[in-house]
Amino acid sequence: MAARSNILVCTGTGCLAGESEKVAKNLQLIIKARGYENEVNVIKTGCFGFCEKGPIVKVEPDNAFYVSVSPKDAKEIVDEHIIKGRVVERLLYKEPVRNEIVSRQEEMPFYKKQLRVALRNCGLINPEDIFEYIAFGGYEALGKVLTSMTPEQVIEEIKKSGLRGRGGGGFPTGLKWEITRKQQGPEKFIICNADEGDPGAFMDRSILEGDPHSIIEAMAIGGYAIGADKGLIYIRAEYPLAIARLNIAIKQAKEHGLLGKNIFGTDFNFEIAIKFGAGAFVCGEETALINSCEGKRGEPNYKPPYPAEEGYWGYPTCVNNVETFANITQIIMRGADWFSSIGTERSKGTKVFALAGKVKNVGLIEVPMGITLREIIFDIGGGIPGGHKFKAVQTGGPSGGVMTEKHLDVPIEYDSLLEIGSMMGSGGMIVMDERDNMVKIAKFYLEFSMDESCGRCTPCRIGTKRMYEILNKITSGKGTMADIDALKQIAYMVKDSSLCGLGQTAPNPVISTLKHFWDEYIAFIKDEDSPRGEGRYEAKNKFKPGLKV
Amino acid sequence: MSIKSMEELRKIREEHQNKVNLRQTGDNSEEKIEILIGMATCGISSGARETLNAFVEEINNQGIQNIKVITVGCIGYCHSEPTVQVNMPGQKPVLYGNVKKDKVSSIINSHIKGGQPLNELVLKVDFERA
Repeated sequence: MAARSNILVCTGTGCLAGESEKVAKNLQLIIKARGYENEVNVIKTGCFGFCEKGPIVKVEPDNAFYVSVSPKDAKEIVDEHIIKGRVVERLLYKEPVRNEIVSRQEEMPFYKKQLRVALRNCGLINPEDIFEYIAFGGYEALGKVLTSMTPEQVIEEIKKSGLRGRGGGGFPTGLKWEITRKQQGPEKFIICNADEGDPGAFMDRSILEGDPHSIIEAMAIGGYAIGADKGLIYIRAEYPLAIARLNIAIKQAKEHGLLGKNIFGTDFNFEIAIKFGAGAFVCGEETALINSCEGKRGEPNYKPPYPAEEGYWGYPTCVNNVETFANITQIIMRGADWFSSIGTERSKGTKVFALAGKVKNVGLIEVPMGITLREIIFDIGGGIPGGHKFKAVQTGGPSGGVMTEKHLDVPIEYDSLLEIGSMMGSGGMIVMDERDNMVKIAKFYLEFSMDESCGRCTPCRIGTKRMYEILNKITSGKGTMADIDALKQIAYMVKDSSLCGLGQTAPNPVISTLKHFWDEYIAFIKDEDSPRGEGRYEAKNKFKPGLKV
Repeated sequence: MSIKSMEELRKIREEHQNKVNLRQTGDNSEEKIEILIGMATCGISSGARETLNAFVEEINNQGIQNIKVITVGCIGYCHSEPTVQVNMPGQKPVLYGNVKKDKVSSIINSHIKGGQPLNELVLKVDFERA
């Protein structure tokens, strides 16, 4: 006989430690005593992932979600819920902020796909009012750090959290701070990299526009940790609103003694200046950024020496991305353990993505690391509009590669993306459907990299240009198989021999489309009628008699 | 005024907490209604400034007293800009999308004065704030 109800008892390690085994046993005994053993099953399950509130008991089909259930609660659950059909209010999960009772699992924010850490205040507070930021717990992390932690403890906490640079490279932030801390120098600098240059990425801008104080506070914490008393924000001049709000925020922080001398009555001094960039993509690379800050041409240097050793005017310098900073205060206030409980083994925390292109819900999302592409595009993004079919998504902008249908279930984290030939990048995600021609997409990104190449090193300056010429030839239907070979050869040469990240990653869109959409390249060369994508319509039009192109 | 200790910071926090409680909990000692308007670059380019002006004008015209219009940053719902959140005391905040200036008077009349949210513009909030 089929059971009318299932009681799921979590027996993951966390809940077992909270006596969930006994909870299950008691439930079984009481159900048997009441004579319901044929109607109700008690099922031991794996971890629900909500160990903080264990032991967890879930009753199906009502979907009641009980938390912190002790063995002696078993009787009440059976007598009230199973027999009388009344949900045991007292055991339901209460959301900490609103203290509202949430009984159904899908309504629980923990199980919502999005978790906002870096974007926590965006759209909630008035960015031009320091008191609203303080009312939501602002500047407490700075106060805590200055009054009760040593710089080494701060670095240790950030290291423990597993936070990695959100600008794309994914270098561990705590380690970067530690290396800079260990350098000797009369002066040190901490720089916020707000030179967001990927086409389609705007998360840094949104954070600066929506929550500028969180960046100022985190920079001061970083300054304290590495031993710097001066901070610079390098921001592109195309972000006038972000600049205006940053200026207001810096002014307010100074007025309230949160920047300046003797912050929180300690002997820590910190001030922040803003430097404007002219919008060159290469200036997001840290050595080029430092050159630009110094008023020189925005060209990268050979590394080593790394900025941590010789950075701004030769002093030890730490460069972190806006989104990286936006996570710092939460790590300090909630602890490294909280932060590292989110995400995957090697990528902790959340990541903000700018979702754009052929997707219904275009916008900014913040999701835990390890979420799959499918969840991002089809659950949060709402799928592809107009009944079209998902084809690919470009992550990491012009430095990344494409992910295709077969990658839909790959967890999104730094290392798994590198493995499939893409990269996290700063977090742009451009979705494409079956009407997009991938060769042209590759050409578009390569054109961007070619334009943005600073010209300092030959492989990048000339290689991207040659690759672009070949792609142009292929897409105009004049290419040969030898061109594809040449394209491949140059791509790997540029990747392996360029000086900085721009050149080293510029061929990625070409390499990954060659790998995943080889047939579209071939179609341009062998078929008059390309089998897929945009090229097809063009080819048809081209050979229509009497039609002028 | 300069903040010199954690105690002073906490005091300021408490003083201003009342002001923002409404946004998360729906509690507010002052019984004020709040209208949050997403005014990041994306919002402004979709007409948030016109929406803001329309709200201020409509509120003045109708002489509504217990209401505050606040500009905030981007909430991430670029597909439905401009976005407006209405917080009424004792109620869960309601987030609206696609609030062009011509929608303003119906939000004021139906939701703020009539207590009936405008369901066709309501957006589902699918994230949690840390």
